[in-house]
Amino acid sequence: MQRQVVFNARFLPYLLLAPQLVVTCVFFFYPAAQALYQSAFVADPFGLKSSFVGFANFKFLFLDPYYLASFQTTLVFSGLVTLFAMSLALWLALLADRLIHGDNAYRTLLIWPYAVAPAVAGVTWMFMFRPGVGALSWYLEQAGYQWNYVLNGGQAMALVAAASAWKQVSYNFLFFLAGLQAIPKSLLEAAAIDGAGFWRRFATIVFPLLSPTTFFLLVVNVIYAFFDTFGVIHTITSGGPQQATTTLVYKVYADGFVGQDIGSSAAQSVVLLFLVGALTVVQFRYIEKKVHY
Amino acid sequence: MKFIKTLFVSIFICASSSGAVAAATEIHWWHAFTGRLGALLAEQVDQFNASQSEYVVVSANKGNYSETLNAGIVAFRAKEHPHILMVFEVGTATMMAAKGAVKPVYEVMEQSGADFDPDGYLAPVKGYYTTPAGKMLSLPYNSSTPVLYVNVDALKSAGIDPKADLSTWNKVEDALDRLKASGHKCPLTTAWQSWVHLENFSAYHDVPFATKENGFRALDTELTFNGDAQIAHISAMGRWAKEGKFIYAGRRNEGSANFRAGECAFATESSAGYAGIKKEANFEFDIRPLPYWPSVSGAPRNTIIGGASLWVLSGHSPREYRGVGEFLSFLSTSDIQAKWHQNTGYLPITLDAYEQTVAEGFYKKNPGTDIAIIQMTEKTPTSNSKGLRLGNFDQIRGLIDEELESVWAGEKSARAALDSAVKRGNALLRRFESANK
Repeated sequence: MQRQVVFNARFLPYLLLAPQLVVTCVFFFYPAAQALYQSAFVADPFGLKSSFVGFANFKFLFLDPYYLASFQTTLVFSGLVTLFAMSLALWLALLADRLIHGDNAYRTLLIWPYAVAPAVAGVTWMFMFRPGVGALSWYLEQAGYQWNYVLNGGQAMALVAAASAWKQVSYNFLFFLAGLQAIPKSLLEAAAIDGAGFWRRFATIVFPLLSPTTFFLLVVNVIYAFFDTFGVIHTITSGGPQQATTTLVYKVYADGFVGQDIGSSAAQSVVLLFLVGALTVVQFRYIEKKVHY
Repeated sequence: MKFIKTLFVSIFICASSSGAVAAATEIHWWHAFTGRLGALLAEQVDQFNASQSEYVVVSANKGNYSETLNAGIVAFRAKEHPHILMVFEVGTATMMAAKGAVKPVYEVMEQSGADFDPDGYLAPVKGYYTTPAGKMLSLPYNSSTPVLYVNVDALKSAGIDPKADLSTWNKVEDALDRLKASGHKCPLTTAWQSWVHLENFSAYHDVPFATKENGFRALDTELTFNGDAQIAHISAMGRWAKEGKFIYAGRRNEGSANFRAGECAFATESSAGYAGIKKEANFEFDIRPLPYWPSVSGAPRNTIIGGASLWVLSGHSPREYRGVGEFLSFLSTSDIQAKWHQNTGYLPITLDAYEQTVAEGFYKKNPGTDIAIIQMTEKTPTSNSKGLRLGNFDQIRGLIDEELESVWAGEKSARAALDSAVKRGNALLRRFESANK
């Protein structure tokens, strides 16, 4: 038994879609097409001269070992951010879900970091951890730990990943909490009566029923780690030390806006476009199969 | 589709109408100064606007140096560019190569008939911004050069005579050893490592940083800062880093903050860091010339500048250029320059401003503030110490930073790091060459 509403007017559906289509065209398709076009040229910054070079910009990129290294950096970084942000959020959501008193206060506090702009988050973390200035770096030093992310690439990576993840935990927390509250209490109670402990219930009931949320968050977090962490990286490490925290997106900025090399920057954007497209396809083709709605 | 069209048309109408109102006699100047420097700059603008009624200079901050240059470039592409753009010295080659985008300052001054004497500018400052034939392309505005700042209290508590000679790195090294032995946590730090320890180091020791007179002669220049003198210096710094005598703080001027906080005994930093150090340091400090290695035969030559100059962009009306000429002429008067120098620690870039500052007794009251100017002007620049003119140089500095970090972290030898920096930098130079053929 299906009921369909049919619009008689021919143009009304298009009109209703128009605002979204305009936004998509102007802010997505048009810039993407521009990037594709510019990636085939080498131009001077002022746009006075530009010469067609075909795929030379891509060749220049893929012959550059530092560009290839930034793929690896990006993968490590995205993996860390996604893992930190999601596992911490799930843990907090589980705890908050069991709260009886004061749950509103906890939730509000946990959601706060989401309202912080990436650059502000970056500066905050930078001040806490800057060697010689930061309060937490002072404690680390007192504890005898050699903390210097300005020279130690591993520490720099851990720091930017933690700061980026911290910002995303709130968002994940909200979704996980909503997901947890949607799980029928009767199922959990039945399992509890059958003698299933907390971890057993989590593994066999809660986690599988959360899988649509988890999957959605996985996609969102990977995209977040790829594209929205620029501000954090820029304010904390500027891609350093050496190139330890230069992700693909950071390199687009560094080459395009600092180096004024628009051709190479455009080529990198095109590579990113395909990479994220491919990643999303993989996520939907292979991981989604394991998701129960 | 009609929607999109209307949207574009309305955006276009808005943009063009606001541009039309601004025409007449306004002179737009985009700069990179905020805070105290921004206030001092605004004061200059107000003074000019009050001094005459034909032109109004409108200044606008567009972020830091890189962002300002980028804003100017983007605006030029959209034909909405200002008359005057502040560009840091690293962007000089980019601006020089953009022949159709720039109206050279000598041309602006000739046509405007404003009072202007290019020879009044100090040679090492002017040399950075002139053609090989000596014609001024952009107007030097703020220029600084690196010096050695000394925390006198730290030296005293390590039992070192604060008046001791620190003119060479050997002598500084002795002091570093004694500071370290006395348990000091940060004997030496630096700001702007590439600018101080490679670019200025090369000029100061009269060794080439790049071929073709550091890029002044031609676009097909190649980097040569992996010479013996530079390798020896970076090796020494790497050794000090390993022994805890040199503490690396970051790529920009983070080291200066550590010095101001009293944590570090020595800091190599721009002369323009003076204002901040004087304001914040609650210890006695001293300014010394940048040290050199006496084992290098050409040392010490002169150091080179950092800072920015003002470029006039093309595509405006003759009347507006007359206004630009008047304003630039106003900026180069000795009153303005002397005041700027004394307030900021930037160099006095005209001879008149220097002499006026001497006459006012400023150097007597503020000992050490003349070190930078002496260090730069004492000797005639050679082809190695005139300055640098390299394309994509902001990026090249970035990769030099990366390679130096690998030395400070003890992961690479100085030779390997500098060789790699030269190789990577040359690839960027070739890319610049091919974009500007």
